[in-house]
Amino acid sequence: MDESLVNILSSIIANATPLVIAGIGETITERAGVVNLSLDGSLALSAMAGFVAALVSGSIVVGIIIGMTVGAVIALIIAVANIELRQDQVAVGFVLTLLAADLAQFLGQDYTRIPGPKLLNLPLPILSDIPIIGTIFFNHEPLVYFSYALIFGTWYWLFHTRGGLAHRAIGERPSAAFARGTDVNRLRYLYCVIGGALVGLAGAAYSLAVKPGWATPPVMRGDGWIALAIVIFGGWHPFRVVLGAYLFAGLRALASAIQRSPDIQIPLVLLNGLPWVLMIVTLLLVSSGAIERLLSVLPRPVQRWSRNFLRSDPPSALGTRFDP
Amino acid sequence: MKNKIWLQAGLVLLPIIISLVVTALLIIAVGSNPIEVFEKSWEGAFRNSTSFAGVVNFWIPLALCSLGLVVTFSAGMWNIGVEGQMLIGAIFASWGAQFVILPSPLLIGLEILLAALGGMAWAALVGVLRLRLGVHEIFGGVALNAIANVLTIYLISGPWQPPEGGSAQSTAPFPTDALLPGISNEFSVSALAIGLVILGFIALTIALRGSRWGLQLKATGKNAVSALLLGIPTQRSALSAFLVCGAFAGIAGAYRVLFTYGSLRPLSSGGIGFLALLVVLLVGTRTLSALLTALIFSIILGGSTRLKIALQLDPSLAGILQGLIVLTVLLTNGLRARLLGNSAPTPTVDSPPFPTPEGAPHG
Repeated sequence: MDESLVNILSSIIANATPLVIAGIGETITERAGVVNLSLDGSLALSAMAGFVAALVSGSIVVGIIIGMTVGAVIALIIAVANIELRQDQVAVGFVLTLLAADLAQFLGQDYTRIPGPKLLNLPLPILSDIPIIGTIFFNHEPLVYFSYALIFGTWYWLFHTRGGLAHRAIGERPSAAFARGTDVNRLRYLYCVIGGALVGLAGAAYSLAVKPGWATPPVMRGDGWIALAIVIFGGWHPFRVVLGAYLFAGLRALASAIQRSPDIQIPLVLLNGLPWVLMIVTLLLVSSGAIERLLSVLPRPVQRWSRNFLRSDPPSALGTRFDP
Repeated sequence: MKNKIWLQAGLVLLPIIISLVVTALLIIAVGSNPIEVFEKSWEGAFRNSTSFAGVVNFWIPLALCSLGLVVTFSAGMWNIGVEGQMLIGAIFASWGAQFVILPSPLLIGLEILLAALGGMAWAALVGVLRLRLGVHEIFGGVALNAIANVLTIYLISGPWQPPEGGSAQSTAPFPTDALLPGISNEFSVSALAIGLVILGFIALTIALRGSRWGLQLKATGKNAVSALLLGIPTQRSALSAFLVCGAFAGIAGAYRVLFTYGSLRPLSSGGIGFLALLVVLLVGTRTLSALLTALIFSIILGGSTRLKIALQLDPSLAGILQGLIVLTVLLTNGLRARLLGNSAPTPTVDSPPFPTPEGAPHG
C-alpha cells in the first residue's frame, strides 16, 4: 500500500479520536434516556481547562483529570435540573452550550496561542510492527488506544451484561425497569456523569493531543454538534457511532486534500460547508425512512441483516423525565 | 402565608444575585476588579447618547429575533436556525444594496422585503426537514447556520469582494442610499427599524392572542397529537411558525448589514439569534416580556463593548452573565415548584420527545 495513503489513514484515526470519545460518551448518556445537548460548549470548556491545568501544573494527567471533571460537572447540572427540578433537558443543555463556550473564551483569554504540553506518540510493542495496520492503528498517543478499549468496552457492557441491560432499560422503559427494582434516577445520574466525563476527556484530547493548545475561536467549534449528529447516525450503537466518526474524519481529510490539490477548481471556502451538508444528508437518510424503502428492493436475507444494522431507533424514553 | 411571600420574593431575586456573584468571582479569577468592570459596563451602556444608541442597536435585531422565536416556541419548535436565517436575510439585503438602483426609500423597502423572504426560505428548509423528513430542527438548524456562514464568507472573499482585493473581512461599504438613515449623529438609531419592531410586536400580540392562526399554533405546541385529532392542520401550523420567525430573523439580519455595519461581514448575526433563544427561554410566549428582556440583555451587551478597550477583558463576559441568568432562572423555577408545591408552568418549550423518529408526532 502507498505509504502516503497509510499516513493519511493513520491521521484520520488520530483526528477522529475526540469525536469517537465524545460520541461514545453521549451514547452512554442517551442510552440512559438523557440528552446532553451541551457538547459544543462542554468540549470547548474542558479543552481550555485541561490545557491550562496541564500548563500550570506541568502534568498532562492533571490536565486530563480537570478536563473530565469539567465535562462531568456540566452533565451533572443537566441531570439535577432534569431529575430534581423538572426542567427540560434540551433547554438546560442549550443554555449550558452557550454558557460553557463563553466561559472558555473568557477564562482562557490569557492562554491563547501559547505552546504547552502535549501527549506524545507511544507505539505499542509488537502490534505497531505489523505492516500497514501497525502504522494505521497502533502508532498513536495513548488516548487513541483508550478509545479502542472504550468502543469495545461500551459495546460489551450495553449488550452482554446484566448492568448493560438495566442501562438500556432506563432509557427505553424506565417504568418497567423501576417496577423490577431498578433505581432509575440514580442510574441516570451515574451514566450522565460518566458520559459527561468522557465528553470532557474528548475536549482534553483536542487541546492536549490532536490540536495542542488553546485559541479563540476554538478549533473544535462545531464538533460538538457533529458528535451529537453522529450518535443519531450511529443509531445509539457504539460500533456505528465509531464508524460515523471515522467516516466523518475521513471526509474532512478528503476535503483538505482537495483544498491542497492544484487541479480541482472548487472555491476553498465552500468546502468548509461540506461537513454540514453531509450532516443533513445522513440524518435525512436515517430519519426519513429512505433507507427502509431502499432496503425493500434487496433480496430477503440481505434485507434482514442490513435492516438490523441500519435501523436507527432512539431510546424510547430519550429526553423525558422519570417520576417514580 | 407570609413566609410564602418572602420565599417568592427571594426566589425572584435569587437567580440575579447568584449570577452577579458568580460573574464577580470569575472577574476576580482573571485578576480584574468587579466594581471597575461594573463601572465600565455602565459607561459602555449609558455614558452618553452614542453609547445608549449602541444599546438600542443591539436591541432592535434582538427584539425582532425574540418576537420571531416566540412564534416558533408557541408551536413547540426549537428554531435554533435563527442565526442562519439572520445571515441569509443579511445576504439578501446586501444583494439589493449592491446591485439594485432605485430611489432610496424604495430601495430600502425592497431590501427589507428581500431579507424577509430570504429568512423565510432558510426557515422553511428547517421546517420541511423537521416536519416532512424527520430531521430534528436543532440539527437541521445548526447545520444550516454553518452553511449560511460559509456562504457569507464565500461571497465576501469571492464574487462580492471589494475592488481593492479580498481581505475576507467585508464587502465594500454599501452606498448611503441603500442604508437605513439614523435619527441624528449623536443618537445614531434607525427610527424606521424601531417602527418595524413596534409594528411586529403589535401584530404578533394580536395574532397570537386573538386569531385562529394563533390558537391553532398554541394547540399544536401544547399537544400536537391531540391538536391533530381535533382537526387542526398541525404540520401547516408549525411550518407557518417557522416562516414567520424566518421573516423576523431575516429583517434582523438586514438591520445588521444596512445599519450596524453598512457592509456584509462574516458572522454579521453576531450571536444575536442565540441570545434571542435565551430571551425566549425566559419569557416563553409573552411578547411584551420578550421586548423588555431583550432590552436588559442589550444593556449587558452594550456595556460589555467597553471592557476590551478599558480593561483588556474579553467581552464574552456579557454572554456569561446572560447565560448564568437564564440557567439560574430555570433552576429556581424548578426549586419554586418543589418548595411551594405548585406546578406553575415553566416558560420552557413543551418539546416532544427528542429527537422524534419519522417526523412524529407531526407525521
